[in-house]
Amino acid sequence: MHYNWHWAVIVTEPYLGWILAGLEWTVLVAAAAWVIAFSLGSVIGIARTVKSRGMRIVAGSFVELFRNVPLIVQMFLWYFVLPEVVPRTMGIWLKRDLPHAEFWTAVVCLGIYTACRVAEQVRSGIGAIGRGQSYAGLATGLTPVQVYRHVLLPVAYRIIVPALTTEFLSIFKNSSLALTIGVLELTGTTRKISELSAQPMEMFLTATALYGAVTLGVTALMRVVEARGRVPGLIVAETQ
Amino acid sequence: MRKNLAALALGALLAFVTTQGAAADELTGTLKKIKESGTITIGRSEQSVPFSYLDDKGEPVGYSIDLCLRIVDAIKAELKMDKIEVKYVTVMGTTLIPLMVNGTTDLNCTTTTMTLARRRQIDFLSITYITGNQLLVKKDSSIHEVEDLKGKKVAVNQGTQNEKIIKAIDAKEHLGIQFLDTEDQPHGWLALETDRVDAYVTDAIVEHGLIAKAAHPEQYEVVGRLLSYDPYSIVIRNDDAAFKLVGIRALAELFRSGEINKIYDKWLAPIAGPPSDMLKTVWAAQAFPP
Repeated sequence: MHYNWHWAVIVTEPYLGWILAGLEWTVLVAAAAWVIAFSLGSVIGIARTVKSRGMRIVAGSFVELFRNVPLIVQMFLWYFVLPEVVPRTMGIWLKRDLPHAEFWTAVVCLGIYTACRVAEQVRSGIGAIGRGQSYAGLATGLTPVQVYRHVLLPVAYRIIVPALTTEFLSIFKNSSLALTIGVLELTGTTRKISELSAQPMEMFLTATALYGAVTLGVTALMRVVEARGRVPGLIVAETQ
Repeated sequence: MRKNLAALALGALLAFVTTQGAAADELTGTLKKIKESGTITIGRSEQSVPFSYLDDKGEPVGYSIDLCLRIVDAIKAELKMDKIEVKYVTVMGTTLIPLMVNGTTDLNCTTTTMTLARRRQIDFLSITYITGNQLLVKKDSSIHEVEDLKGKKVAVNQGTQNEKIIKAIDAKEHLGIQFLDTEDQPHGWLALETDRVDAYVTDAIVEHGLIAKAAHPEQYEVVGRLLSYDPYSIVIRNDDAAFKLVGIRALAELFRSGEINKIYDKWLAPIAGPPSDMLKTVWAAQAFPP
């Protein structure tokens, strides 16, 4: 290999500023998308377990629709196709007037995609609890909503913390696809600086280290959540 | 002592001369690799019309590809080989340097602008085409020059020289352009076509190519002065003088014999018109005598 290493490039301005801005966009996209993913995913996951057949079908269709299309295709559809099929004035607003349109499109797209995956985790968490608990709750006079609120969900969320950690990590890595619609997040910035500086190896190694740092931070955070939420006698405690 | 030194010096000189003689016959670098493997790997693009793209049958074709195949013929003659198998690898902006440096590609035949920053990692043969940045707009946009972009939305591809140049102009002239950093040519074009942006900034020749294959070519035009100087060239590995000589010689012969005009007419004339005076001068200047 005749590669000329030149590590100083990553701390040279404007590159250093660009890398930090890229990292910031990555964290912003992932964090904002996670808010959608967690809240919407919880609602859909619960809807897949309720008695009402209609709700189960709607929630199930939602999951299958957004789970089965590649994320990069969804990004394209949300960004380029959606404004062309909605009413004209709304399309123009999406294309011309919405500030940071590419950022919000990426957040919504990634949020919904991940929500489907979170929903499946929530559903399996609820499913892992024996039916007896649900019946017992109802027998004591709790309403179905109260059964979910006080009996099923507190346990279900504790069961799925490790699985949710994986989804939370994925959202940071998947956020790199936002570059395809023009968000200069960490990977986009890395590619950009690689081209301008002609030092791709240093740039991609730096990006690797930064992604690693962010995801290790997330893992540590989720460990704390897991430990704080631990209830003796429940599955989480037993698997330790 | 002095005698010993003299003998040592003579010995060293002899050794130097003899190894030099031996090395003259010995192949090095890319030529050696091609001779031993019987193959050459060309880096190509899938969508850089008319330089390097796939035709209807999925075969790589274009101006840059044709020039590279001429170089392959010259290598064949140089190495006295009956046949060299040509393999193609798709190369993007970010993978150009790594693939060249790690030995995957031997010649890169796309639309690479020769820059001094890139020159640290890779080497270039002769300049084959010259273009520069212009503005691709819709005809009804009332944009005629870069100054008309004040407060407008402009698409430019991430990490390109185009991006660097238009953003520098924007900062210098306080135009307040809102940029959309598109991923590649198709996305940049789509952004303009769907009115997400008012202009798309890329190499003028690329813009003419995009218009040529548009559904409504009459709605688009390339406007404004040339904002940059982009000499396209074929990429080779650094520090490979023997290989570079074969390549430059093959191209010089095309420039000298005028055969370059035929290749130009086949690919570029339908899109870009006749060669510019500047391009003709550059060809003539690189038609080195044998």
